[in-house]
Amino acid sequence: MARSNRPVSRRQAWWLLATALVASLPLTPELPLWLSLAAGITFSWRAALTWRQWHLPPRWLLVLLVIAGTVGVILQYRTTLGRTPGVALLVVFLALKLLELRAARDVVVTALLCYFLVFGQFLFTQTIPTALLAALTVLITTAALLAASDDRPPPQQLLARAGLMLAQALPFMLLLFVLFPRVQGPLWGIPQDRFSAVSGLSDSMSPGSIAQLSQSDAIVFRVKFTGEVPPQSQLYWRGPVMPSFDGRTWRVTQTMGTYRDIPYAGVGAAVDYEVTLEPHGKRWLFALELPATLPPDSALTNDYQPVARQPVRNRMRYTQRAWPRAIAGVNEPSSVLRSALALPRDGNPRTRAVSASWRAQYGDDDAAILAAAENWFNQQLLIYTLNPPLLGSDIVDEFLFDTKRGFCEHFAASFVFALRAAGVPARVVAGYQGGEVNPVDGYLVVRQYDAHAWTEVWIAGRGWVRIDPTAISAPSRINLNLAAAVPAGETLPFLARSDLTWLRELRYRLDAITNGWNQRVLGYNPQRQRDLLADLGLNEPDWRSMTAVLSVLCGAVMLGLTGWILRNRLRVDPALAAWRRFTARLAKRGIAWQPWEGPLAFAERAARQTPIHAEDIRAIAALYVRLRYEPAPQASDLAQFRVKIARFKP
Amino acid sequence: MLASLRHRLHEAFVRWALRVRPPEPAPIVLTQRRVYVLPTRAGLAYAMALGVILLGAMNYNLSLGHALVFLLAGLGIVTILHTFRNLVLIAIRPGRCEPVFAGSLAQFDLVLENRRPDARTCLRLFIGDETPIEVDVAPHAGTVATLNVAATKRGWLPMPRLTIETTWPLGLVRAWSYAVPDLNCLIYPAPAAKAPPLPWRGESGRGSTKDGRGADDFSGLRDHQVADPPRHVAWKAVARQQDGPLLTKLFEGAAAQQVWLDWEALPDTIDTERRLSILARWILDANAAGLAWGLRLPGVRLAPDNGPAQLAGGLRALALHHHGAQ
Repeated sequence: MARSNRPVSRRQAWWLLATALVASLPLTPELPLWLSLAAGITFSWRAALTWRQWHLPPRWLLVLLVIAGTVGVILQYRTTLGRTPGVALLVVFLALKLLELRAARDVVVTALLCYFLVFGQFLFTQTIPTALLAALTVLITTAALLAASDDRPPPQQLLARAGLMLAQALPFMLLLFVLFPRVQGPLWGIPQDRFSAVSGLSDSMSPGSIAQLSQSDAIVFRVKFTGEVPPQSQLYWRGPVMPSFDGRTWRVTQTMGTYRDIPYAGVGAAVDYEVTLEPHGKRWLFALELPATLPPDSALTNDYQPVARQPVRNRMRYTQRAWPRAIAGVNEPSSVLRSALALPRDGNPRTRAVSASWRAQYGDDDAAILAAAENWFNQQLLIYTLNPPLLGSDIVDEFLFDTKRGFCEHFAASFVFALRAAGVPARVVAGYQGGEVNPVDGYLVVRQYDAHAWTEVWIAGRGWVRIDPTAISAPSRINLNLAAAVPAGETLPFLARSDLTWLRELRYRLDAITNGWNQRVLGYNPQRQRDLLADLGLNEPDWRSMTAVLSVLCGAVMLGLTGWILRNRLRVDPALAAWRRFTARLAKRGIAWQPWEGPLAFAERAARQTPIHAEDIRAIAALYVRLRYEPAPQASDLAQFRVKIARFKP
Repeated sequence: MLASLRHRLHEAFVRWALRVRPPEPAPIVLTQRRVYVLPTRAGLAYAMALGVILLGAMNYNLSLGHALVFLLAGLGIVTILHTFRNLVLIAIRPGRCEPVFAGSLAQFDLVLENRRPDARTCLRLFIGDETPIEVDVAPHAGTVATLNVAATKRGWLPMPRLTIETTWPLGLVRAWSYAVPDLNCLIYPAPAAKAPPLPWRGESGRGSTKDGRGADDFSGLRDHQVADPPRHVAWKAVARQQDGPLLTKLFEGAAAQQVWLDWEALPDTIDTERRLSILARWILDANAAGLAWGLRLPGVRLAPDNGPAQLAGGLRALALHHHGAQ
């Protein structure tokens, strides 16, 4: 009202500058350099304005600057939609709003912009440090809002008050967080820029593409097994299947789901587990071989790869069942088998010759040919290494006969090539192998350096059989891990190394905390909410019952806080309370305490009217005056006072 | 049309909100039943901002976005309570109110009492559309707030309805209450800018002025009486005789001159208010001149005298002339 026209004081300006700085600093890595610099200059300008008490820049200049900033953002991103341009625009507005602090209204607008920027941070990262930083920003922004109302208290007092208010807001936050009916986003299309730079398996494989991943310790997914964790050598996490080969690169051909139901049957015990998949921007879902169930909104391609309907853009959680032993594809359609035999017309003559010799030796017995191939690979003494030499045009020949050094993609590609050349259907399967169990929370963590490639061979009557050519030459890769398999001295990602035990311990703990955060806080979605409420006894919760419970609990918190607000009304000075009892007793005897009488005058009058009690009355009044009007009343006086009044029976 | 409807609705609300028939007996304690709370414009903007952030959080499935919105929503609820707490259970007692002349500002003093151990911050008080004044009240203490109201008419000016409000701490919510403290300001008639000269009666008075001796001619000393104006005390004489009694200087004029300020002395063509203005001017002039003056109004007679009590009595009689009770 009248107040919103009041000019902004220097202290308020300092507060807002601090808030704006804290809110925009964490975003600098996401912003173009020119914008960060411009924002820095504007903040310094604001500081100078406040310091020197200069006049604010004229309005036409600000309008020009806003237009310039907006045009700059549009030129940079070619759009104003999406998270990065949006956040960039917010920073432009915030920086220029600081130069336009004229009235209290501008203070509020600036504070709201800062709250928006806190949200902007979450568009990029939601880790625990981000959350802590955001909490700090909210605290400072709230203190700035406090300063907008009353800028006289010193900063620490404003921060303390802001902290108190936010602490009182926490119960509401927790209740709303748990009980507010959640909606599964997106409500409208998400601009594509949210998932620009995610590394991981791609839909093609050429020499070196998986070795490159082995340098990254980023987490791909976490798995929680319902029962025992299966042995390491069984942990084949099926990813993109690549049947197509052009002489150098293997590619995915099936991107659409064919089967809504599992087209094969399992043999033996099943394994149940839950996957928490980090967003990777692709549609495939990782599953332990072979998947026995499909996550919601997904289907199976005809080479048994689960794919989601939408690319995975948020951390995703799904429960799964796997059959470690399954008979799949016995009656495979001929089109699939044809594509599993296709080879380029020429190239790699030496391998083709070896394959032809197997075919000549074993005739139609595909199983015998497979055994021969495995045996032959074993005899070649191939070396598993992260740094294979570069290969020329005939990559299979050069690897098998000349360099003999390769990573898993070399092994898998060569093995499939050799079998196809011999006329046995085979294909490359990419994915992850193994993983590391975190002893702190029991989750199996699969990282990018667990990326692997293996093969599947089709044998009549047995269907698709998994063969891992890497295991033939370097069994420790499969039975243990990457670090155990590669020769000593090769550079490994920091987390893949097995030395430094204490560091490992620390890492386990940190990762368990991050995982707990991801599972409980970030992964709290409509499904989790339903499960949790069902656990709490709210069966089949719909938005109505949730809102009802929410209102009741919020009301209870409100009542508690209101009680705190009015508590002082109920807390009467004990001396006054006792004195009231005393006067009430005298009033019954017809000696009422008149409002204009001081306690001593009243006591004197009462003493004259009831001479028997005169001494008591005077003593009580003297004590009362000491308790109420002396600078430091004594507790012993109060006790004596109460006793005297309790004994006083006029 | 719309504005008048709004005004009428507001008045009806205030009547309902006050409940007690004004003026209210002191102290007026702003209990929780008479403190109202609504969001301010900034508060509505805050709520809208939260809505936008919530939509964003839903769209991008950001758990921390949800958490942020819910934390800020909690903050919004908490600030309602804090704002309410800042105002509730303030006690208002009427304070002093000095009489003023019509045409100047009547100043109503109110004592705001805080019985709580924490301070009340940034309470704004205003009457009607006047500029609010802002006060703080320390813990277990009282603060005097002075509210100005333009005095237009002579007589008693009851304190108009007071609005007391606060938007502290965050400015998102406004808590307010109304009160009509039992406080009246006496408004003297405005002294006429142009008035006939003082009406002298009796030759001595007129003569004394004419031969230039005036009120300042010293004629002797006598014992000091309470009603004597302090500036007539003979300080030099008092200082000379150490422990002696206070002495008053007697002046030729003061002793001899009496002036009657008479309602009837003015021509009949002058209307009542104008007459009172002229009389007010005469009283001020006579008082300034140190004359002993008396006042005759229909139904009122004030014996000639001098000094502050006489001045107040005379002006009061003018203010309340035919003004009903009090």
